[in-house]
This record gives sequence, structure tokens and C-alpha cells, in this order.
Amino acid sequence: MTTPFYISPEQIMKDKADYARKGIARGRSAVVLQYDAGILLVAENWSPALHKISEIYDQIAFAAVGRYNEFENLRIMGVRIADLRGYSYDRRDVTARGLANAYAQTLGTIFSSAGEKPFEVELVVAEVGDTAADDQIYRLTYDGSVADEHGWMVMGGQTEPIAAYLEQNYAEGLGVDDAIRLAVRALGEGNPGTDGPRRIEANQLEVAVLDRGRPTRKFKRLTRARLETVLGTDAPAAAPAAPAPAGDAAPAGDGAERPATGPQPPKPGETSTGDGDGGPAL
Amino acid sequence: MTSIPDGNSPLPAAFRAVGSSSFSDFLASYAPDLLPHRRALPAGATVDAPHGTTIVAATFPGGVVMAGDRRATMGNIIAQRDIEKVFPADEYSCVSIAGTAGIGLEMTRLFQVELEHYEKIEGTTLSLDGKANRLSQMIRQNLGLAMQGLAVVPMFCGYDHEVGGGRIFSYDVTGGRYEETNYHSVGSGSLFARGALKKLHRPGMTAEQVVTVLVQALYDAADDDSATGGPDLTRSIWPVVYVITEDGARRLPDDEMGPIVRAVVEGRLTEPDGPNASPPTGA
Repeated sequence: MTTPFYISPEQIMKDKADYARKGIARGRSAVVLQYDAGILLVAENWSPALHKISEIYDQIAFAAVGRYNEFENLRIMGVRIADLRGYSYDRRDVTARGLANAYAQTLGTIFSSAGEKPFEVELVVAEVGDTAADDQIYRLTYDGSVADEHGWMVMGGQTEPIAAYLEQNYAEGLGVDDAIRLAVRALGEGNPGTDGPRRIEANQLEVAVLDRGRPTRKFKRLTRARLETVLGTDAPAAAPAAPAPAGDAAPAGDGAERPATGPQPPKPGETSTGDGDGGPAL
Repeated sequence: MTSIPDGNSPLPAAFRAVGSSSFSDFLASYAPDLLPHRRALPAGATVDAPHGTTIVAATFPGGVVMAGDRRATMGNIIAQRDIEKVFPADEYSCVSIAGTAGIGLEMTRLFQVELEHYEKIEGTTLSLDGKANRLSQMIRQNLGLAMQGLAVVPMFCGYDHEVGGGRIFSYDVTGGRYEETNYHSVGSGSLFARGALKKLHRPGMTAEQVVTVLVQALYDAADDDSATGGPDLTRSIWPVVYVITEDGARRLPDDEMGPIVRAVVEGRLTEPDGPNASPPTGA
């Protein structure tokens, strides 16, 4: 009789976390930030049909990066939870906190289940309030950890340069046009070409807002024409450094069109319990 | 009753199941108790519940207007003076209910969620015919209750971007769907309202003229049908009126409705039977 092959739980969790991070890091990034009249969601997305950002409920939006079929599954789950709650109780009883908890439970269960591979996704549930102080932005990672964010947040592949740019340039109370320009420039810092930051065009972006001034349904997608107007006033950067990716429309996500920048290496001493790079776990 | 997930426990598999884009299909599989038609009444039982009565609608070039009176009755009692029977179904359509108020309101709520759910899941709205057919199915499911006296007969109006105009759909209790041209009315006062509409409505009218015509029609319905409420000048309760155009559905606020209704009532002070239909040209 052979001795059963032993792998320590730490090693299993670490491998799972590495696997999920690697998948997420292959994709293009998304930025969520608060502006003077609500919350702005910007994703680099070359597909006009497959969305990374969408409406969940009146005042709640969803944005995700990673593997398309997985986050689409989670998005539909969120819409079902929200609509069921709103229909059986009241529209006011649908909250981002409730949704974030449901996502955390689901992602956490999948991450620690022996039979399933972890989801390669990172997502945001954002709820716009009556004032900026009431806005809620919950960020969820592949292992089900939740973080409560304020101001701005970035997720996806190569987030460090984007985060560094936002850290330096973000200010509270930006107008929507300024916020869009800031987010798009920040996204250009990720995966830069040889000539420095990329200039991202309107047709490579998916942009939506939760505008607290709108009646009932606050979510609004910004059209290509609107984006062109906003971004057109930007000082033109040097020749676009981004090589046109081949066969980008693959629903398998943003993955694979760009050589993997590699997963963020696990921090020294990290036991990969899954806190990941997602800020403080709650 | 099925418990509503609170997000603090693992969710049932139904939430992540690959399924249709329909919210009522999801409810039917996960929480059938929440569907409006899932009630079992003892055979032969009747329930005395409030009824909503007259609703009217008419088209104009560029859209459609829908209006409803404000009275709900329970037998010979006025159950409510300011009930609303006309609701936006989504941005470009409205639904209104005549018949059993409780069932109708619940059906309306489910229909609203149904349209919004589809829009969010699919990233696009249903066609106007798709919406009208979906409502048809919901009425069909209610047939069992309708046969026990809890009937709902809605009317559905919307702006169809493909056709480029307003459309009106009426229904019967079996879910039969009928598209109406120019104008229609449903409810106990509808015979009188339809007579007024026939005499006063002309295809080329402006939206404002159509609103006035609908208020006249509701006045006539209330004049001859005890279950339909007339304009309540003492309490300033005006008919609920939605104008649906290419830009969406808009409810006319009280400060716009007040002068229109007062003008109609003013006219009736000298001509109690209302305005005359314009005589045929050349006669």
C-alpha cells in the first residue's frame, strides 16, 4: 500500500490564490472613483457587446475584471438577488452591503471548496447615496474577502502603476469630465508601451456612472460620442503605444491578448490565506 | 414561504443556475409563492375586494396618452378616492388596470420587475410586442382566479421605436391580446368613455388636445357609471395621465392637470352633455 500523497492546507490555498491572481492579472484593468455627483466606473474593454460594467439595481452598479463567464454568472446572480428582494420587500431594501455579503459568501465557498477551481475574478459593488459620504464601494476578490473603499479603487492586471497615478492625481469633488479623463489616463499607465503611458481611445473603453441626480434608476452608460467629446480635449499623446490586440472579442475575457505581466508575487511571509492584494480583509 | 436571501448565508444554487432572462420564470422555480396567481380559493368562493374601474387611452402623431380615474369601489362603497390605476411599465410604456385592484397592482409590480430584469440581464429592452405578449401570459395565468371573480383586465400602451409611434393593446381575461387603433377604453365606465372618444378624438390631434379628450371621456364615464370617479374639485384629485413619446413616459403633474380638468368642468356647467362632435364638413 502506498502512502497517501500529502499537501498542506497552506500550500493548497497558496496555489489557489496564485492561480486566481494569475488569471486576473492577464486582463485589462478597471477603475471606480467618486466624483462630485456620483460614482464613475471606467473599464478598458475592447468589446462593444460584452460588458464589464452593468446595472444591478436602482442605485447599485457592478464592475468586474477577470474571466468573463465567471463574472457574468455572478452579475446575473446579483440581479436576481436584487430584483427578488426589491419585489418581495421594497426597492429601498436592496443594498450594496447585502449584495457584497452574498458575493463574499459565494466566492468564499467556491475558493475553499475542494472540488472547484477558484473564480478568476475581482469585482466591485458600488452604491450611490444621497451625498458623497453615503456612497458605498465594496471590492471583492476571488477568495471572497471584502474591502470597503473610498475615493477610488482599481482592479485587474498591472494595477500598481494605475494606483500610483490615482494616488497622486485624485482629488475629491471632481466634475464628471475631469474624472473620466483622470481615470482614462490612469488606465493608460497600466501595461505601458515603450513610449510610456498609452493613450486609450473612446472605442476601447466602457464607461458608466451612478449619477445621484437621476430619478430612481441612477445607472447610466456613457455613449461613445460623449466619450469622444470628453477625451478629445485631452492633449494628444505620442503615437499610441498599444499594439492592436488580435482576436480580442474572445468572451474568455480580456485574457491572453497581451503577454501576461505575471501575477503579483505573493508578499513575503504571506501565507496566502486569501487576503490577496485586496486591501484589508473584513 | 420561501425565505429571501439575506446575503449572510450561502445562496441556493438557483441564483447561479444558467436560466432564462425572465424574472417570473426565476420566481416560478425558486419562490412560486410570490407569484400573483398562486392563490388557491375554495371552490365557489367569492371575495369582496376593491375594484378599479375606467381607463382610457388614445394616440396622437408622435405618441400615445393614457389616463385613469381615481376611484376604487367595493360593492356600493367608495374604497379609495385617489387610487392610481396607471403605472409606468418601463421608460417607454405604461400599463393600467381595471378589475380587482389587489391582483392588478401585484401583477403590475411583477410586470415592471420583469421588464427591468430582462433589460439588465440582456443589456437591451424587449420589443413593444414582446412586452405586450409577456403581459398577455401573466393574465392567462390568472384565469383561475378570474373565474372566481378576481379578474384583472389591463391595458398596455407604449412608444414603439421601430414603428415610430404610439400603440395601444387591450386584453381579455383569458390573456387574449388585441391591438387597438386610435383609442380604447377598459372598465365598467368604458362604454360611456368609448362613446365620448368616438365623437371627440381625431387622428391628427396634438398631445394636449388628446389629454383634454381623455378627460372629457372620463367625465362622461363618471357621469353615467357609479363606479367611476369624476374630477374631485374640492380635494383637487385629478385623473392620472401619462404622455408617452419618443423621449419616454411622463406623468402630467397636478399643476398641468388642474387647469385642463377645471376647463372641462367649466364647459359642462353650460353644456352638461359635453362638447358637440364637429359636424361633417360640407353638411
